[in-house]
Amino acid sequence: MFPRSFEYVAPADLAEAAEALASAEFAKVMSGGMSLIPMMKLRLLSPDLVVDIGKIRGLDQIEDRGDAIAIGALVRHAQTAASDAVPAALRTAAAWTGDTQVRNRGTTVGSVAHADIAADQPAAVLALGATMVARSASGTREIPADEFFVDALTTALEPGEILAEIRIPKAGGGSAYEKLGRRGGHTDYAVAGAAAWVQRSNGSISDCRVALTGVGTKPTLAEGVAEALIGTDGSASAVEAAAARATEGVTLLEDLYGSEEYKAHLAKVMTARALTQAIANA
Amino acid sequence: MNVNGRAVTADVEPRTLLVHFLRDDLGLTGTHIGCETSYCGACTVIVDGRTAKSCTMLAVQADGAEITTIEGLAADGELHPVQEGFWERHGLQCGYCTPGMIMSAVGLLSENPDPSEDEIRHGIEGNICRCTGYHNIVRAIEYAAAKMRGEEPAPAEWETQEVTA
Ligand SMILES: Cc1cc2nc3c(=O)[nH]c(=O)nc-3n(C[C@H](O)[C@H](O)[C@H](O)COP(=O)(O)OP(=O)(O)OC[C@H]3O[C@@H](n4cnc5c(N)ncnc54)[C@H](O)[C@@H]3O)c2cc1C
Ligand code: FES
Ligand code: FES
Repeated sequence: MFPRSFEYVAPADLAEAAEALASAEFAKVMSGGMSLIPMMKLRLLSPDLVVDIGKIRGLDQIEDRGDAIAIGALVRHAQTAASDAVPAALRTAAAWTGDTQVRNRGTTVGSVAHADIAADQPAAVLALGATMVARSASGTREIPADEFFVDALTTALEPGEILAEIRIPKAGGGSAYEKLGRRGGHTDYAVAGAAAWVQRSNGSISDCRVALTGVGTKPTLAEGVAEALIGTDGSASAVEAAAARATEGVTLLEDLYGSEEYKAHLAKVMTARALTQAIANA
Repeated sequence: MNVNGRAVTADVEPRTLLVHFLRDDLGLTGTHIGCETSYCGACTVIVDGRTAKSCTMLAVQADGAEITTIEGLAADGELHPVQEGFWERHGLQCGYCTPGMIMSAVGLLSENPDPSEDEIRHGIEGNICRCTGYHNIVRAIEYAAAKMRGEEPAPAEWETQEVTA
């Protein structure tokens, strides 16, 4: 099994990559290749040109920029999972992405750009209120996470844009990620997963964001949960009551791994677990 | 690229997968192809110090990389400790998964020289074995880990367990 023929370039910097991307009818960026190559082998995707950003220097850094943590386009899942600078929700989501070999090559930014309906890290960046920095031949553009995920495998990125980095605000508080994987435990894509971020002040929850994955067509903010939790003391009963609203306004989708009913149940369970852990981390 | 310490240069089509380049162009057929869909790990090799599934990498991506395959482990007729562990602790049955499993074990031990049983089982999550039930593979990796730390491996279970009828 191998892909259809394509042209291949491995530019030395992002400007050259953006130019190459704009030069072909159907070009695709390749970072880790852990989703792109399987899709090309199955011939679900047959680009004319693959722009491999894997040789560009300087993109493999996790940087503290004072008010934000910036994750470069070539930071691998394994690197994100091992970094103390990265908030717990994203660190955990990266640690539970795929297997060792996948984590050695796949990138956090690639996973977010790919936007699989059951991927782990998109939910985490959504809950953490990240900003996506897109680069194209005409310049740089910032996209907030809650406008980035459009539909299954579809983001706000334009065809000529490269996701150059993800910036996670250093907003304090605590975060966590919980999931049930397709192979049980935390292994493989999420049957359902929840990422939570909370902020406490004066003994009560002053801010909160929860994002679900695996249950619908895209990673989605569970707004009802945040609404219910903010202003409470974050006790077990407050978490339980908030988690009960996890699927409010969320379009559930059944798949091979569960019915709508089962997904709705898991969404609530994972939300409660992630919130409990995030509050403990806050 | 450099494969098992040997510099190799070739012109390949961009769509050539690394596993095909290793097996068909370089004749290194120790690296196996199992699922071809990135799941089984039979094709695992080490690229610049880290394990990778060579069925999910283009040969051109490995331009300039250092690659180690199963053929590159034994030195001067001596098995690598992980190979020895699989031999001593019966870490294989049909052997199909073995080259990939061994490369994953080598990768794991290079990052974590003293893994717990749980860490070993998680470390080889990306490798599927249809025969052994993994038990002896875990013992083989424990054997290799001890050897590589310069310690005496624990005796084999079949040497220490009493058989009661
Ligand atoms: C065996 C296996 C198990 C897996 N298990 C999981 C799992 O449990 N959870 C999970 O979330 N994921 C899982 N994945 C997917 C994995 O996380 C991928 O690494 C990830 O989805 C894609 O990242 P990548 O860097 O490999 O991107 P690539 O495969 O290179 O690209 C994927 C897509 O994103 C686009 N893209 C990539 N980078 C950029 C960029 N910088 N700018 C613009 N577009 C870009 C590409 O054009 C392509 O369309 C698994 C994959 C495999 C093979
Ligand atoms: S052949 Fe590469 S993972 Fe199965
Ligand atoms: S020994 Fe047969 S697949 Fe592992």
